[in-house]
Amino acid sequence: MNKRILSGTHLFQGDEACVEGAIAAGCNLFAGYPITPATEISERLSWRLFDVGGIFVQGADELDSLTIVIGAACAGWKSMTATSGNGICLMQECIGYAAITETPCIIVDVQRAGPGTGAATKTMQGDVYQVRYGSNADYSIIALAPESPQEMFDLTVEAFNLSETYRVPTFILADEIVGHMREKVVIPEKVKIIQRKRAKFPPQEFLPFKVESDTDVPPMPAFGEGYRMPVSGLTHTETGSPSTDYEVQKRMVSRLWNKVEKNVEKITKIESAYLEDAQVIVLAYGSVARSAKSAVLEARRQGLKIGYLRLITIWPFPDKVIENIAKRKPKAIIFPEMNMGKMVREVKRVAGERTKVISFPKPGVELHKPKEIYNLIRRVTN
Amino acid sequence: MSRIEVRLTGFGGQGVVLSGIILARAAMYDKKEMVQTQSYGPEARGGACRSEVVISEEAILYPLVEEADILVAMSQEALDKHIDSIKKGGTLIIDSDTISRVPEKIGIKVNKVPATSIASEKLGKGIVANIVMLGALTNLADIVSKEAMEKAVKESVPQGTEAINLKALEEGYLCAQK
Repeated sequence: MNKRILSGTHLFQGDEACVEGAIAAGCNLFAGYPITPATEISERLSWRLFDVGGIFVQGADELDSLTIVIGAACAGWKSMTATSGNGICLMQECIGYAAITETPCIIVDVQRAGPGTGAATKTMQGDVYQVRYGSNADYSIIALAPESPQEMFDLTVEAFNLSETYRVPTFILADEIVGHMREKVVIPEKVKIIQRKRAKFPPQEFLPFKVESDTDVPPMPAFGEGYRMPVSGLTHTETGSPSTDYEVQKRMVSRLWNKVEKNVEKITKIESAYLEDAQVIVLAYGSVARSAKSAVLEARRQGLKIGYLRLITIWPFPDKVIENIAKRKPKAIIFPEMNMGKMVREVKRVAGERTKVISFPKPGVELHKPKEIYNLIRRVTN
Repeated sequence: MSRIEVRLTGFGGQGVVLSGIILARAAMYDKKEMVQTQSYGPEARGGACRSEVVISEEAILYPLVEEADILVAMSQEALDKHIDSIKKGGTLIIDSDTISRVPEKIGIKVNKVPATSIASEKLGKGIVANIVMLGALTNLADIVSKEAMEKAVKESVPQGTEAINLKALEEGYLCAQK
């Protein structure tokens, strides 16, 4: 099995499909610390990486693991770690470090029920804020929420491409249901791969954090290629020198923010159905979206005009998409989430003045049942 | 075939999860849509364990079992806990060696398979009792073909144990003649 792309039809767990997506995208290093429900990712990568000539490291802990991943990325490798919510807590320092050093890296979070140790083998969508806002101060990241093992494959490839394009930590925000469920996964012959932008200048003319006018993303040489490449968590100028100057801070932080937030429309992926005549729209992401779609289909069979929207990209938050559905003036937007109601605040921020936004929270362990969402649709439409 | 929900139950270490994987794989070989999930506690062995497989001709959205068309139970505790999840007209398959008491439930078909004694006495390996149960399931419920099941068993069990597992499947199949 020394092939990079295991073309064909497989019965895979979401975690296993994620591994195959990473290998197909060119991942050569994984460092991680095992944790339920992400352990299967480590387990499979420990031999798959060996097969394709990559490196697998079991880190001393989560912080150590992400540090190794960042180091490998600076050396020009595509690298990844995987954990669950508790591990993300421990990685926060390095997430900020990856953001300020603009290091492409993939962090897979297979969410489990919390807080704290929680219920390790059970599901939740509790980490949507901590992956976005967990490290100190301001930066932006990208997070994708798969709903199936097939998407664990597809979106892991996509995550590597986005991370390389924008030089930004990119999260696969899965949950226990998607990570552990087995389903048919079709792996194509070829996948589209994007490599990070390399320096166009010779080493003596190169400024490590200078961007060209049409972009906010600087090119990234690898260690050992002859370019000066400072990697520092200090606020820095275009040359990479430390600074406490307001203008330098403003330029750097704005760029860390804008390079993602100004490209929301390019980054955003959604799935939608029946929006044209929808009087009520059910919005969801991740595994809950499967229940939501099932409820919408049942409502349609009963003749109700219900629409469906799934956020595949959850960060950067796709304001425009929500704005556009709010402009249709639906009677309400129903938003089931497996947390106490988190992403719904983003929806209220964007759509709250135009339409009623109804949160349907469940606090983890149990996935929403289609019937529960359907009953809520009934109550709202009556 | 519309949506069929199968719940396989027992305690950790009996191969309940592997049974689910094999059933799902067989459904895939039969070109059906399927989802397999599992639920277990933090213990490696001995805790309550269940595996679920949903099989359909159409795309499957909600991945879990709500009302089981078929419940397979390999321990008394599992049966007591899950018997109420069987749909009216549904099928219950129990290991009659590990289960002595079937709670009263009207409107279900009860099938008793002495899986543990078949596995340990006839085949000399108690560990393949789960595959005996799968053999019985293959015969009692027309959800996957026997050929697909055999292929799935071969693909899923540890190398070198294919023969005894196929034998276990066959024994279970014959034992559950309709």
